[in-house]
Amino acid sequence: MAQTHEDHREVDPVTGHDTTGHDWGGIKELNTPFPKIALVFLLLAFAYSVVAWILLPAWPTGRSHTRGLLGLDQGQEALAGYRELEAGRKAWMSRFDKPDFAALSADHALLAEAMPAAARLFQDNCAACHGSNAQGGPGFPALNSGHWLWGGDPATVAETITVGINSADPNTRVSQMPSFDWMAIADRQTVAEYVASLPSGKADQSSAGAKLFADNCASCHGEGGKGGLQTGAPTLTDQSFIYGQDVETELTTLAKGRQGQMPTWAARLSPEEINLLALYVSRLPETAAGADGRSAAAVP
Amino acid sequence: MRVSLTTNERQVAIGLSFALALMGLIMAAAARHGPMSVHGIMAMALGLGLVFRLGGVLYEDPPASPDRDGHYDDGPTRAGITMALIWGLIGMGVGVWVAALLYWPEATPPWAATSFGRLRPVHTTGVIFGFGGNALIATSFYVLQRTSRTRLADALSPWVVLIGFNLFCAWAVTGYLMGETQSKEYAEAEWYADLWLVLVWIVYFVLYIRTLARRAEPHIYVANWYYMAFILVVAMLHIVNNLALPVSLLGAKSFTIWSGVQDAMIQWWYGHNAVAFFLTSGFLGMLYYFLPVRSGRPIWSYRLSILSFWGITFFYIWVGSHHLHYTALPYWVQTLGMTFSVMLLVPSWASAGNALATLNGAWHKVRDDATLRFMFVAAVFYGLSTFEGSFLAIRPVNSLSHYTDWTIGHVHSGTLGWVAMIIFGAIYSLVPLLYGRETMAWPRAVEWHFWLAVSGTLIYVVSMWNAGITQGLMWRTYNPDGALAYSFLDSVRAMAPFYLLRTIGGALFLTGVVICTLNCRATMRSAGQRQDARDRPLAPQPAE
Ligand code: HEC
Ligand code: HEC
Ligand code: HEM
Ligand code: HEM
Repeated sequence: MAQTHEDHREVDPVTGHDTTGHDWGGIKELNTPFPKIALVFLLLAFAYSVVAWILLPAWPTGRSHTRGLLGLDQGQEALAGYRELEAGRKAWMSRFDKPDFAALSADHALLAEAMPAAARLFQDNCAACHGSNAQGGPGFPALNSGHWLWGGDPATVAETITVGINSADPNTRVSQMPSFDWMAIADRQTVAEYVASLPSGKADQSSAGAKLFADNCASCHGEGGKGGLQTGAPTLTDQSFIYGQDVETELTTLAKGRQGQMPTWAARLSPEEINLLALYVSRLPETAAGADGRSAAAVP
Repeated sequence: MRVSLTTNERQVAIGLSFALALMGLIMAAAARHGPMSVHGIMAMALGLGLVFRLGGVLYEDPPASPDRDGHYDDGPTRAGITMALIWGLIGMGVGVWVAALLYWPEATPPWAATSFGRLRPVHTTGVIFGFGGNALIATSFYVLQRTSRTRLADALSPWVVLIGFNLFCAWAVTGYLMGETQSKEYAEAEWYADLWLVLVWIVYFVLYIRTLARRAEPHIYVANWYYMAFILVVAMLHIVNNLALPVSLLGAKSFTIWSGVQDAMIQWWYGHNAVAFFLTSGFLGMLYYFLPVRSGRPIWSYRLSILSFWGITFFYIWVGSHHLHYTALPYWVQTLGMTFSVMLLVPSWASAGNALATLNGAWHKVRDDATLRFMFVAAVFYGLSTFEGSFLAIRPVNSLSHYTDWTIGHVHSGTLGWVAMIIFGAIYSLVPLLYGRETMAWPRAVEWHFWLAVSGTLIYVVSMWNAGITQGLMWRTYNPDGALAYSFLDSVRAMAPFYLLRTIGGALFLTGVVICTLNCRATMRSAGQRQDARDRPLAPQPAE
């Protein structure tokens, strides 16, 4: 240890450089001169940084910070970008500011431009619940079946989207499938079997189930479960189900009741966007049967 | 596993194990139910297991031979490598599984414990801390002794560090499965596990310093600087980011003391420096030891090592804010993070360049020796991923890459290409040495592992680059009429082929790890008597 490492220096035959003279169990280091290129790059990176510091908000100065010569503000930049896009949409989007749906659906050129945008709006906001083809799913109604809870004309749909169903909006649409837990289990079974047979179109209309249904259910679900009363109760005769129309699921529905929730969009979408979506949704049964929503644009 | 402890040390160890069991009992009894009590029971079982293990050999096994100080203490290194392999299998097994779930979400089993959200941190903790951490601890003990030419300062602390650290990892991942989390990425473990890790880490640091102080070499080798930076800075980050107030001392839930944007900044100051000091500094230490040893070449430039060390250590601390571009974090903090990230590239490339230039004169070995080739590829990926990182840190680039799978691609080019490769290089260098053999039991299998690892990494990383750039572009493409060209769902659907490819790449990589583990096991089972006479501490010192 008394030796200085100079005593151990040797020349590396491959590179021709000296070693530093340290040796850790066989590991040595070369005394290669500092490569200039590393310094050049460090200076370049530093120069880039200095330029960025001068142009952009950068160093803290106590309670404030340097603003940068460009005077950029990320909030304002984001807003400006948004406004620019909004201005680009204005030409056609502003046509939707009034719910004059008859005129709007007659303007095929406008629809060709607007419907693809509506399809994306639907995918981004609605598909998570209603399905990517608006086909619905357990707990969420299909919007392409042609059978409506509240009505499928654009104005009604616009209202549904604006206030929601059983939502937090003060004007929300309200509906409820009440619980029939007071009904005798045997009766529930009977009516459930009748309802389960409705979609096939071969239900026995003189059965005890039919009678129970007429007495207890038809006020909301319509005569023979045909629906169409537009009070939030679905038709029970079609093939599209919210919760399910097998006997077992129906018994749960009867025992516990149901109250689906459709959020209000008044605070999240502009009135123009809501009208656009309303027109799009109301046309789904004709345009999108089975397709991916995009084809809605194809059919004028 | 032959523990070479003196009778006295065995008694102390039994005392410590008993204390651990008691602590576990108190935790379990106090918490009564929930994750904390399960963790108490785990600690108690571990403590009791150790008491029996040590009690069984207390007087029966001969005590450590008197010339113990004439040998290095490699028991903890052997155990650490085994643990690293086990965690590697768990962590990457879960990684492949969650990768498959992203392609095939319907396969999610109907239990909360196996949901994606709980398994993902099992993957990250399993690989970073379990696999990476054990490899770091194991190699740090080895490198520290060899480059200091002295035995570890005492015989018990390395075991405390190793066993304590693995208890932390086990607490963390089982906690996630039970729904326990602090909701801070890479710091999900709850308050009591964090406190425990602080204790373990202090023991680790003190052991390191004490051993360095006894060194028989005049100079401290650069690898030790990196290992020390790793230990010290990780302690600082861990403590600050995990400051939290438990809801009750009898339960697992706690709330961080940070709030709002400060919380975000502290989290990513931690998060990025976890990358820097856990996944980079420590592994550079590993590289600086095993690369010259395996290639038989001197480090190309001592001066460059110094520049890189201080450059990396200084610049990294500033760059956490590049994880929060375009957020509520003030613009000026983002600018600083961005510029320091760009400057950071220079010392990073200096390290990678130094490693590659060290191989000059040994390229024929790189060609023939898969172990050295692992290290070569690691250095290349280190260069690639740091270049990519500095590029991603530039704000406009980040506006494209952020929230996309490009980040995931960057992460895995760093972790698979750099971290895992250098670990494999170190393992294949070490295991034969530690088990008295010339080579691994199946030298050809190393070659197989190498190609599986490289092709797995490339498939993973390239598919994620494509995925990320596709996502980023789809999200920002507007039609001329100002409407978005794609819905978010479109971009999700577009990911399917990339996610499938990633799963395949991951499976290839995992296959390599399985081969590596079997190869190590076969090597350990056929241990030989080979001893390098030079591989001994200088100037043995009396035990403290
Ligand atoms: C969180 C889930 C959810 C989202 C998101 C959602 N809905 Fe609904 N929606 C529902 C539910 C549930 C119902 C049925 C309510 C009920 O059961 O009475 C419903 C009902 C409707 C109805 C009434 C259908 C009828 O037959 O009268 C329309 C129209 C509708 N949604 C349109 C939309 C549109 C347009 C969007 C996107 C802007 C949307 N929904 C987003 C859950 C959702
Ligand atoms: C007060 C009005 C009301 C009465 C009375 C009523 N329902 Fe309903 N029912 C509803 C509403 C509203 C829904 C839709 C609930 C939802 O979407 O959340 C519904 C839904 C259902 C469904 C689920 C349909 C599907 O597609 O999954 C079934 C089945 C059903 N009702 C059966 C009955 C039967 C059988 C009776 C009589 C025993 C009955 N309902 C009486 C209002 C009523
Ligand atoms: C078999 C190999 C591996 C596979 C298949 C794999 C797969 C995955 C997957 C699917 C994710 C989640 C991505 C997402 O949420 O979109 C992930 C995240 C992550 N993995 Fe891996 N992984 C592997 C190996 C590793 C290794 C070895 C490491 C570290 C040493 C690692 C570190 C990480 C980290 C840090 C993240 C979080 C990234 C982030 O949040 O940005 N992985 N991995
Ligand atoms: C010069 C070096 C590096 C720089 C400047 C850098 C920069 C970055 C940037 C800008 C991000 C993306 C942040 C975002 O958009 O969310 C990122 C993410 C990440 N990087 Fe790096 N990186 C570097 C090296 C590395 C290396 C070597 C590794 C791994 C060994 C690594 C691991 C990660 C991880 C795990 C994340 C994901 C964090 C998360 O979101 O969960 N980085 N890095």
